[in-house]
Amino acid sequence: MKATVHVTLKSGVLDPQGKAIGHALSTLGFSGVGEVRQGKVIEISLDETDAAKAEADVKAMCERLLANTVIENYSIRIDG
Amino acid sequence: MKSAIIVFPGSNRDRDMVMALRQASGSDPAMIWHKETEIPDVDLIVVPGGFSYGDYLRAGAMGALSPAMRTVKERSDKGVPVLGVCNGFQILTEAGMLPGALMRNSGLKFVCKTVHLKVETSQSLFTSGYSDGQVISVPVAHNDGNYFADPDTLDRLEDRGQVAFRYVAADGKPGNNPNGSQRDIAGIYNETKTVLGLMPHPENAIEALHGGTDGRGLFDGLVKALH
Repeated sequence: MKATVHVTLKSGVLDPQGKAIGHALSTLGFSGVGEVRQGKVIEISLDETDAAKAEADVKAMCERLLANTVIENYSIRIDG
Repeated sequence: MKSAIIVFPGSNRDRDMVMALRQASGSDPAMIWHKETEIPDVDLIVVPGGFSYGDYLRAGAMGALSPAMRTVKERSDKGVPVLGVCNGFQILTEAGMLPGALMRNSGLKFVCKTVHLKVETSQSLFTSGYSDGQVISVPVAHNDGNYFADPDTLDRLEDRGQVAFRYVAADGKPGNNPNGSQRDIAGIYNETKTVLGLMPHPENAIEALHGGTDGRGLFDGLVKALH
């Protein structure tokens, strides 16, 4: 199975990189750009064949390493 | 005072820390490779500055999981003082030994300059060589020094006197925060004040040739307190 983890900064946590990207989009002439938030995507190949178990494993990985839950949220997608 | 320095792949201020500890204590610290789990019986453990594991994933995230850090945590739980400077501060927060997190500088640039810090209290192992409210001048050199914690945690840090150093202007008034840290925080203690993490580099302000010797107070104070 394949897990895709999205890690994003929590709302309320200043994202200076997202701000800079938003500013750059404006200077390129893209209008109507609101807030930009930057995060990261982590793709993990798993031997596990049970989707529920895979998700539980990846959740533990997020809590222990992939995300710093003081400042970041994460979401997990499992594909067969 | 006997001390140990944890060395990671990517540490780069470890030898500066040796100089500072040697100058203050007269003895050389033990250098502990991050893969070691044995740390000799010492009075102080230092997690030095640098870019352990290239700051992969998050600054300090990989270093916090190293075998040596497990032993550091055990010793710390027994009351052995731990000092984390710059990347060391990041590692201590990632390891859960200090609250909060260190994020990208608000200006998105690496900041390398001399800053002024206010010593919030002299009532700690680490700051007994200074006076309350003293303004000292030491360098910073970091990309991720923007201290963040939720408002409740920040209030708790303030109420319990866990803010160790704040960025200030030369006259001690608020201002000159180089990285956007919450409440101008440059360094914090754990609840028992036996763990200190700070972004600035006192070990790089111990010789007149450095442009100042204000960092010495921290090491001299430690030697006096832990003698």
